[in-house]
Amino acid sequence: MLEPTNPDALLEVRGLRVEYATPSGPVPAVAGVDLTLAPGEFLGVVGESGCGKSTMLFGIAQLLNPPASVTGGEVWFKGQNLVALTSKSLNALRWRDFSVVMQSAMNALNPVHTIGHQFKDAIRAHAKWSDTEIRVRSAEVLGLVGIDPVHLKSYPHQLSGGMRQRAMIAMALLFTPDLIVMDEPTSALDVVAQRSLMAQIKELQRQLGFAVIFVTHDMSLVSHFSDRLMVMYAGQVVELGTTRGVFDAPAHPYSKGLLDAFPSIRGEKKRLTGIPGAPPNLAKPPTGCRFHPRCPVAMDRCRTDEPELYQAGSAQARCLLHDPAFVKVEIES
Amino acid sequence: MSDQNNPAGGELLRTVNLTRHFKIGGGLSRNTLHAVDEVNLHINRREIVALVGESGSGKSTIARLLAQVYKPTSGEIHFEGKSLSSLRGRKEQLAYRGEVPMVFQDPFASLNPAYRVSHGILRGLKLHRTELSASERTAEAERVVEAVGLNPAAEILQRYPYELSGGQRQRIGFAQALAYRPKLILADEPVSMLDVSIRIGLLNVMADLRESEGVSFLYITHDIASARYVCDRVMVMYGGHIVEAGPTEDVLQEPKHPYTQLLLSAVPDPRAPLSVDVETAKTEPPKVVNPPAGCRFRDRCPLAEPICHEVTPKLAELTPGHEAACHVAQRASVGVAG
Repeated sequence: MLEPTNPDALLEVRGLRVEYATPSGPVPAVAGVDLTLAPGEFLGVVGESGCGKSTMLFGIAQLLNPPASVTGGEVWFKGQNLVALTSKSLNALRWRDFSVVMQSAMNALNPVHTIGHQFKDAIRAHAKWSDTEIRVRSAEVLGLVGIDPVHLKSYPHQLSGGMRQRAMIAMALLFTPDLIVMDEPTSALDVVAQRSLMAQIKELQRQLGFAVIFVTHDMSLVSHFSDRLMVMYAGQVVELGTTRGVFDAPAHPYSKGLLDAFPSIRGEKKRLTGIPGAPPNLAKPPTGCRFHPRCPVAMDRCRTDEPELYQAGSAQARCLLHDPAFVKVEIES
Repeated sequence: MSDQNNPAGGELLRTVNLTRHFKIGGGLSRNTLHAVDEVNLHINRREIVALVGESGSGKSTIARLLAQVYKPTSGEIHFEGKSLSSLRGRKEQLAYRGEVPMVFQDPFASLNPAYRVSHGILRGLKLHRTELSASERTAEAERVVEAVGLNPAAEILQRYPYELSGGQRQRIGFAQALAYRPKLILADEPVSMLDVSIRIGLLNVMADLRESEGVSFLYITHDIASARYVCDRVMVMYGGHIVEAGPTEDVLQEPKHPYTQLLLSAVPDPRAPLSVDVETAKTEPPKVVNPPAGCRFRDRCPLAEPICHEVTPKLAELTPGHEAACHVAQRASVGVAG
């Protein structure tokens, strides 16, 4: 198809496949992801390490480097298919229309330049502004994330981890983009700093109206902030629904397992088990449902039949328990 | 799972005014970083104690002091009633290190990739348990690997670290420590690098080892929910001080120190409504380089009073076994009692 099917969506991902080229053949890290994001929406993406969540994010933002590359699918963003764009036309969109906040601000900021210098570099690469305009805007975005603009003259090592991470977010806001994708921006912070950063992102989003795709391995972190939640396992979307819905009634056994793996600080204490086993090798994923070797409710069918994303209440889940054909058989018998 | 009525086995380790400072800056600099200041803590036999705090609060420094990686600037560590400064000679040092081993945070960096898993365990056995013959060492290695839940042990021992998942490697870390017949295992953030679905398994290993081997744990973490899951007691650190300590449920249900209260309110809990706002979570790190007298939390504290800027609060017992270092909380408790 050459057109986005949903004209109201800000971002529409269809059948996105990302493969890593290895000596023993291509390994599909993202195996066909579909996703529609409305303007101003906050989407949380969760899953274990190696489930393909960061690779998917980089595939959407066209930031993959060899050996990884997009081998199929489309990414429609504001009427353009990012996968088919030249790097020149992509550059015109980057920072201005969508920006990326990387996992570790310690590595993403250049240690030998001041924060202000790095802001200037980003602006100069994408716009022709005067020095005064650059200074005013840089101070403005730092103020937005709650950092005193005197720190434009500071070097990254003079800021705390939380401040560096917030400076990265300020940088992503320079041109007030429509979409910011964030790859575990809080994972290097402790809980208090984490919580305050999340609250700040949410507040900025409310003020400025940008959409967010937020990747994390910590499901509880996004529980109060995202509108919808996408759970990934072994390169596939296994559940997609409203955040509250997924937390209150997870439709996929994997989502349920992830939720049950968290000890709570309140309520009754009981022995938890986590999810037995380890995520599969993506070079040769299990037959049938990719989760069946670790699934507590696996049936014979799960070993052979590959599930699709079925409607499960208001959510979608890739689990044969929600296969309409199966549900019908259950009712008849 | 922690067991509150676990038979208390008496005191195993105690620190008295344990302090560690680091000189920072160039040669002429007089700046001193107070990583750990006047810490008094104790760990009982068969007890799992959590040390909780933000990054930079001094948790890992305490673990390294207890493991004798650092020498204390001042203060004492007593192990089984004996001061560590009285240990003489390599033999006594070695015996202590075998009784108090450490498990590290990063399971990908703590195992030598060039050797099979058995290498580290057998070497430890050879060094610390000289009475065992070669075949006894192999049998013991298999026993400890099984004790941490890895099967079949003989086959796992023959693998290389790259053939194991992160969770399995960290279990090997515990197995190595276990091989020394330890009395106290210092576990420095042992699960923070692992996936959420795997973490619980490791916490269960700690609880099981306490039951089966009678070993104590100092569990260092910034995740207070996991501390609740597995620990009998919790100690909360802030800026090099222990600001609160007590039985886990007491500290979590009735936190006395404002920092503990902040920490608890920041824990994401999908089952509870959102409680913290941006204001209370101002994240200024405490001043630990040449710190002035007074409470180190005062600049973030909603209850700070003039006395908090002048006098450093000391840990005081407010209810049985539950201590806090806070002027306001201490006065409130005296008010209730009197």
